[in-house]
Amino acid sequence: MKNKTIKVDYLARVEGEGALYIKIKNNKVSDVKLKIIEPPRFFEAFLRGRMYTEAPDITARICGICPVAYQMSTVHAIEQAFGVTVEGQLRELRRLLYCGEWIESHVLHIYMLHAPDFLGYPDAMHMAQDYPDVVKRGLQMKKAGNAIVALLGGREVHPINVRVGGFYKAPSKQELGQLAEKLKWGRDAALETVLWTAQLPFPDFEQDYEFVALRHPTEYPFNEGRLISNKGLDIAIQDYENHFIEEHVAHSNALHSMLKERGAYFVGPLARYNLNFDKLSPLAQEAAKNVGLDSICKNPFRSIIVRSIEVLYAFDEALRIVEGYELPEQPAVRFQPQAGIGSACTEAPRGILYHRYKLSGEGLIMDAKIVPPTSQNQKTIENDLLNYVEQAILLPEDQLTWQCEQAIRNYDPCISCATHFLTLHIERE
Amino acid sequence: MVRNHKPKLAVWKFASCDGCQLSLLDCEDELLTLVDEIEIANFAEASRVILKGPYDLSLVEGSITTPHDEERIHRVRRASKHLVTIGACATSGGIQALRNFKDVNEFISLVYASPKYIETLNKSTPISDHVYVDFELHGCPINKLQLVEVISAFLHGRKPNTPSHSVCIECKLRGTTCVMVAQGTPCLGPVTHAGCGAICPSYARGCYGCFGPKETPNTVALSARWSKLGAKEDEIMRTFRGFNAYAEAFRKESEAHEK
Repeated sequence: MKNKTIKVDYLARVEGEGALYIKIKNNKVSDVKLKIIEPPRFFEAFLRGRMYTEAPDITARICGICPVAYQMSTVHAIEQAFGVTVEGQLRELRRLLYCGEWIESHVLHIYMLHAPDFLGYPDAMHMAQDYPDVVKRGLQMKKAGNAIVALLGGREVHPINVRVGGFYKAPSKQELGQLAEKLKWGRDAALETVLWTAQLPFPDFEQDYEFVALRHPTEYPFNEGRLISNKGLDIAIQDYENHFIEEHVAHSNALHSMLKERGAYFVGPLARYNLNFDKLSPLAQEAAKNVGLDSICKNPFRSIIVRSIEVLYAFDEALRIVEGYELPEQPAVRFQPQAGIGSACTEAPRGILYHRYKLSGEGLIMDAKIVPPTSQNQKTIENDLLNYVEQAILLPEDQLTWQCEQAIRNYDPCISCATHFLTLHIERE
Repeated sequence: MVRNHKPKLAVWKFASCDGCQLSLLDCEDELLTLVDEIEIANFAEASRVILKGPYDLSLVEGSITTPHDEERIHRVRRASKHLVTIGACATSGGIQALRNFKDVNEFISLVYASPKYIETLNKSTPISDHVYVDFELHGCPINKLQLVEVISAFLHGRKPNTPSHSVCIECKLRGTTCVMVAQGTPCLGPVTHAGCGAICPSYARGCYGCFGPKETPNTVALSARWSKLGAKEDEIMRTFRGFNAYAEAFRKESEAHEK
């Protein structure tokens, strides 16, 4: 069969609503569309006129999977506008909260969304019939990540404790100490996860990507750093909009975020890992080496191993923070709102999340811009599909369709996030 | 009751953040037991398996914001024996219902480069504006334990036990000192539906109403109290215009304070 169309009307095991459309003519791919059918919600528009204090609660609602990322980018951007710096234990608590989100989001993806593809199951519930202990381990690890978010944030989804300047309430040393046992178990379970994911069957597929991630002088990046790439990008966050644009591509109905000079780029665990391997904890570096993962990985299917390494790092880092914690004097630093523009990028589980706000002197939001990771990866996902389908084109159709879905899930796309700013056009055939 | 088949559960998504359906996957201790009792017949966020209806129980997340979804919800209803909405979007229109107070075309051109491609309705509306809803579970997000309770109740043909009193009662049950009385912190607890467990006051901040209005809320009296604590009119307006802005009691109160 030389001509065929691969259509997946509703992509499963991704967050949000997306569809896939690939057209093949004479064994060549003639069209690839990753369609976004998620309805738009207009966050940037209704943030206008809201008080800065409300912003972290509102932006959290862009994504139920990674609300902490939205809250972190929001508070850092507003703090930049107000000239506020959050340091010491409050800064550590923010890192801890982010560890919790990385763990719950990554583990959800590794065990429940991605692994079933490698082993040929439609979902984790079916996988649990043959691998009960593996799925149970995943669920308990996810629970440990959620326990961090719930303790620091009040609840797992849309935490309530984050504010500009810090937190509403800082946990006591004793409260935080109660996490330690779970985290130690989680760290061991993460080591097993690295070994388990490393033995999954991987297609041979490497591409020459431009990886973009934060880079901090002393730590694996969560909240701060410069934005760098493996192809020469090295900028302060405040220069973001001079280097990145959103482009309307003719074959697609979505706006793609691109590097002005070089086009498509890649954000997320693989990018962070490749650009910051030296900043992982010794334990995480060693685990990577033990399973034969180099400090550079260009196969997106192997992102499941890299996610496991990041989960291991997050447990390790969380334990370091919990063990060194002292109750700060105040749960938040004091400041006065001032007129200005502030921007920030933090590392959401799926990659860099850029926010910019313009604020009035009393702290009202005049203008907001948000660029989520999935819209940044969109162009790269489509390129992968194009290149991957060409090399797998002789597979039976159902298998090829499944592998295309898997290639999309390599990116853990969060379409709910991407959509509030993507151009939407439903094409009915 | 003798069943000859496992009850079929479907999860449907409309305009939303996915957080409420994620709550089902966040039931780490209950999930595998749950799938022993029910068949997950349609849950795209978790599975490639899509079984045909009819479904014994449909959980609906998200609000209606596009012409396409306006039709789709009727198909979901027809395929469902019981339909339960989960979360503020499905139950009151969600945060995206803030468009209902503005001109949506202005919103579109603010956010999108090619406004002509956007197919959207003027308003974001709750599911109950379109089809009959058997039960509404409040929250932004929902409480996952309440979700398990609701699923369990429908599977056993009983009414869910989810109290409709205010967050104040939950503070008392939890033993939290009232932030409004003791610290003078404005709080929406007295008019907000219970279910979260009164989280915010236990973290030293006022409730911001993410579970929507309780039964018979006295929003006027609460606004007067807020004014005495120093809240300005526009602050009171914004406070009621949050994640449940389009729920009737909150909508009316925010409109009363709009200049």
